[in-house]
Formats: sequence, C-alpha cells, structure tokens
Amino acid sequence: MKSDLSTTRATQITGRDALVNADGPLIQAQHLSFAYSSLPAVADVSLELPRGAMGALIGANGSGKSTLIRLLAGLLKPDSGEMIFNDAPLSTLDGRERAKRIAYVPQSTATVFPFTALEVVLTGRSPYSGRFRFESAHDEQIALAALDALDAAHLAARHITELSGGERQLVTVARALAQEPELMLLDEPASALDLKHRTQLARALRRLRDERGIAVLMITHDLMLLDSAADLIFAMKCGRIVASGPPEAVLTDKVLGEVYDAPVRTMRSDGRTFVWSEL
Amino acid sequence: MPSFANKGLNESDTVELSGAERHATTAKLSQSNQARVGVRLRVALPLLIIFLIIALLIGLYVGYQPLDLAALRSDPIARAVFLRLRLPRVVMAGLVGASLAMVGAALQALFRNPLADPFTLGVSGGAALGASIAIALGVGLSFAGVPLIFIAAFTGAGLSVFLVYRLAHSGGGVMLPGALLLAGVVLNLCASAGVLVIQYLASYGRALQILRWLIGSLDVVGFDLIWKMLIFLIPGWLVLVANARDLHLLATGQESAASLGVDVRHTERMVFIASSLIVGVTVSVGGAIGFVGLIVPHAARLVFGQDVRVLLPASFLLGAAFLILADTLARVAISPGELPVGAITALLGGPVFLLLLRKQQRYSAM
Repeated sequence: MKSDLSTTRATQITGRDALVNADGPLIQAQHLSFAYSSLPAVADVSLELPRGAMGALIGANGSGKSTLIRLLAGLLKPDSGEMIFNDAPLSTLDGRERAKRIAYVPQSTATVFPFTALEVVLTGRSPYSGRFRFESAHDEQIALAALDALDAAHLAARHITELSGGERQLVTVARALAQEPELMLLDEPASALDLKHRTQLARALRRLRDERGIAVLMITHDLMLLDSAADLIFAMKCGRIVASGPPEAVLTDKVLGEVYDAPVRTMRSDGRTFVWSEL
Repeated sequence: MPSFANKGLNESDTVELSGAERHATTAKLSQSNQARVGVRLRVALPLLIIFLIIALLIGLYVGYQPLDLAALRSDPIARAVFLRLRLPRVVMAGLVGASLAMVGAALQALFRNPLADPFTLGVSGGAALGASIAIALGVGLSFAGVPLIFIAAFTGAGLSVFLVYRLAHSGGGVMLPGALLLAGVVLNLCASAGVLVIQYLASYGRALQILRWLIGSLDVVGFDLIWKMLIFLIPGWLVLVANARDLHLLATGQESAASLGVDVRHTERMVFIASSLIVGVTVSVGGAIGFVGLIVPHAARLVFGQDVRVLLPASFLLGAAFLILADTLARVAISPGELPVGAITALLGGPVFLLLLRKQQRYSAM
C-alpha cells in the first residue's frame, strides 16, 4: 500500500521534472542563513541528506539546530540560500504538498485542549483530505498503524493532556508518521523518553528507514544512541556545521570537544562508542 | 558483558507481547466508529437542530401573553404582534446567540485558550466603544443609521482583536494564556473608561441612549434590521466555517499546524476579520451580551468532543438555542417587566468561567 503510494509519487515527480535523479540527495541545503531580527542563528549552512538516510544534528544549546530544522521544514524562510528537495526548490511546493513529503515534530507539543491521541495523529492525515472532508476509515487505519509502529497503540483513546511528556512525544512522532512523508524532521524527539522508549523510538525509526525508505533528520543530545542509530551526523556550533560524516568520524574526542567546548572523552569498544565528559 | 548477551532475547519478548496487545486495541478502536469525526457530526447536527426547534417553539410560545393559536388565526392584531414583535425577537436572539457562540469557539481554537471569548478578550468592549462614539456623534439616532454603527463597532472590535493579539503574542510563537486574558481585561477596562468619558461629554439624551444600548436588548420591531444584519453576518459565518479545518489544526498547536500546511498568518487574519465583523454587528444591535461565546462552546465540547470542525457548527446551533431560552427567561422572569438578557448570560457565565480557569491552571502547570 505504502510502496504503491511512493511509486505514484515518484512518477508524478518524474513527469513534472524529467531531470529527477533517484540517486541524488533527498534534501539539500545550499548556503542557508537566517537571523532572528539581527541575531544570526544559522550562518551559511550547506548539507545533504541522501534518500532513506538517518541523519542526526548535534551541538550545544543555542547553536542553531532548531532553527536549521525549521528552515528545512519550510516553517522559516531563509534570509539567503536555498533548500532543494527532490531536485526542486522547496519553496515551489505549497504548504500541503510539502506536508505530504516532509513531516516535522516540534520540540514542545503541549496543548490545552484534551484531544485524544488518535485525534492528534489523525491531523497528520489532513494534507491528504480536502477542506470540507473528514478523515476516512482508511485514514484512521493509517493513524492507528502509525501509533502501532511506535508501540503506542494503547494511547489512542487517551487524552493528550493526561499523557506524560514522553508519551506525548511518541504521539507527535506518530502524527508525523501518519503524514506518510519521505523525510521526517524531529526536534529532540527523545528528550523526555525513558531508556526503554528511547531505544524503541530509535528502533522504530530505523525500521521505517529500512521498510519504507523514510529519511530522518533529528536533533538529539543522546550521543550514545547515535552511534547505533544514525548513518550521518552533522555537528553544529554557533550557527555553522563544523563537522559531518558517519558516527565514527564525528564521535571523537577532538570533534566533540570542539563542538561542545568541553573536555569530552570517547571510547570505542565492541563496535560501540561510549561518550562521557570529564568534570 | 552479560547485559548485552540478554539483549536479543528481551527484544523479541517485548515485540511479541506488545504485538498481541496492539492488535486487540486496534480491533477495538476500529470497531467502534466513535472516533470518526464525520460520524460524530452526523449525530450532532440532527440532535442540535431538534434542540434548536424546541427552543424556538418555547421562545415563540412563552411571553407576557402565551401564544394563542386560535387568536392568531382570527385576530389581525394578535397576528401583527406575533409577526412583528415576538417572531423577530426570537429570531434576533437566535442570530446573536449563534454568532457569539461560533466566534467564541473559533477564537478559542485560534488562541488555543478555552477562556477566549469575544467578551473576555475585550473584543465586545472595543465594539461597544466604537458604537458609543458613533451614537455620541449622532449617527446612531435612527435605525436608518444602523450600518454606520455596524461599521464603528466593527472597527472597534477589529482594533481590539489586533491589540490583544499583539500584546499576548510578543514574538517567538508562544502565547501565554495568562497574558492573553490580562490583555483582554486591560482592553475591557480601557474601552469602558472610553465609554464613560464619551457618556460624560455627550448630551443628556445621547448619554442615556448609550446607557440603554450598553445594557443591550434583543427587542426589535419587524425584520428590516435582521436583513441588514444578515448582510454582514452570513459572510462572517461562512469565512469561519471555511477555516474550520485550519482552526482545528491550529488548536493542536501552531507549529504543528504550520508544518501540516496551514498558512497560519492567513488563517489568523481571516478569522480576525470575520470575528470582528460578527461581533461588531451583534454588539451594535444587542449590546455586549457576555459569556455566550464561553459557555456554549464549552458545553458543546463536553457533549461532542474537541474537534473544531464539529465545534463550530455545534456551537452555532447550540448558541442560537441558548440565547433564545435565556431571552425567554429574561422576558418572563419579572413579567410584566423585563430583565436585560446580558445579566442572565453573565450570571450563568461567571461561574463557568471560574470553573474553566481552575481547570486551565491544572493544564498549564505541566
């Protein structure tokens, strides 16, 4: 069902633009800069994320990670530079077309209205239905399957206001999944998750990448998890990307020490990287 | 490391267990269609229409003199009284109630605050100030000048919405519920101070007229005024309904809505204009009738759930029925005298507001 959808989507895109290169990067940032009033947050950032890759964005607080993710999600307009999605400028997609391809999970997801978790996940289907059409049984199946993929199906009927922070994060990720995107942009999706759910989320994202080819770019401070979960790591400092590459290249004493301005130590053992910082 | 050796085993255990669990949940949920919004709306609308018809019949029947169907058929005076006084008044109550309730539901979604309402946000206050200025300048002396009052009240309402939004939305996309309500309170205070100054400066006759008008009444003779109102109200209603889906998405969070393709700025602007138009017109006719936009959407939420696409039409119908009944009560409570209907809605609305405030404190504590 999913593969059908992506095939039609691919042919549509090919139909529109014969130059689409299936092996090219899914999303590409070219010299992005952005400043809040006059405070620069992202300065001349370029990056490429291949199709179906799991990318991670690390860096100290205030280094511009969230701003970069918002730029890539199309929520902020860059002061200069351009985002290229599927070989076409991201700005050429209207909001709803963009929402079918790129899903964004914000950092905070608090709401005052007691929506059920299922209602929240169902909003992820809205790009696919019209202004005056309600979600169909099919949409509901997809929403439930999305919760299911994160082992959160038991939350479906619960009120979002009664859930713990971590459960709410799972529901928000499920909504992103219900958008059936090609790219998921996650802003600290695991910050409130306990060890079990953190592992479960990483496992689910990896499964989605393997089974459906969904690419992921997530901000995280959990460096230990990255080693096993991420294909690519981008490290930001002061609005710039200072290092990028596979985990073993970025998760080193030298790079991390520079990124965090702190004495970070790493150790490789059993094919895993252990990260800690000296007091 | 023994902990790693166990890892594989534990993993498959968890997956199997939660797998069985999840299938049960999925089956249960898809069996009961309760969650489906379309279904909920199809249940809600007929129920509410029946309720509205009952309210209409009660409103038409009850009065200083109960409706006498035989007299209505034979006596032309009784017929004239019914057609030119009671029927228009009940229709007017319905229009004002429906309008205020739907605007309340829309503003609550837009501001993500269950305490938002034309009254608590100071929008009615702004409209009242605009209308008072119009009356003091003499443009409101006759009903022929009513559209000018509409425009003055619309301008006042629009300015208030804009100010409240700017005050509570000081950058960063985060809106503090407390800041929003405080901004509304301050605006209301400023607006009523403005009205006092105008009353003080205006001639005795006009000051009295402003006072009578501020108290508000749904009294109306014939349908002329109602047609004039509908010219402004219907476009306002349609804009709100057309934005129902985007308002629903906004109610779940501004950033999420934007990422789902909602043009947040555009939606905000459309809802602001439509709300100001509706509030301006209803306030310039019926005075500031408070809390309808607060009580009614809240009641609709309790019965029909949180989906804004259901809440807007549900609040519209329920608001009409509510104000018809409240106005009927106002007409007969101290018969042959009459209570201002705004007093009744405020007496009911105050406690509801306090209850909601308590509840919200609990939410925002998170």
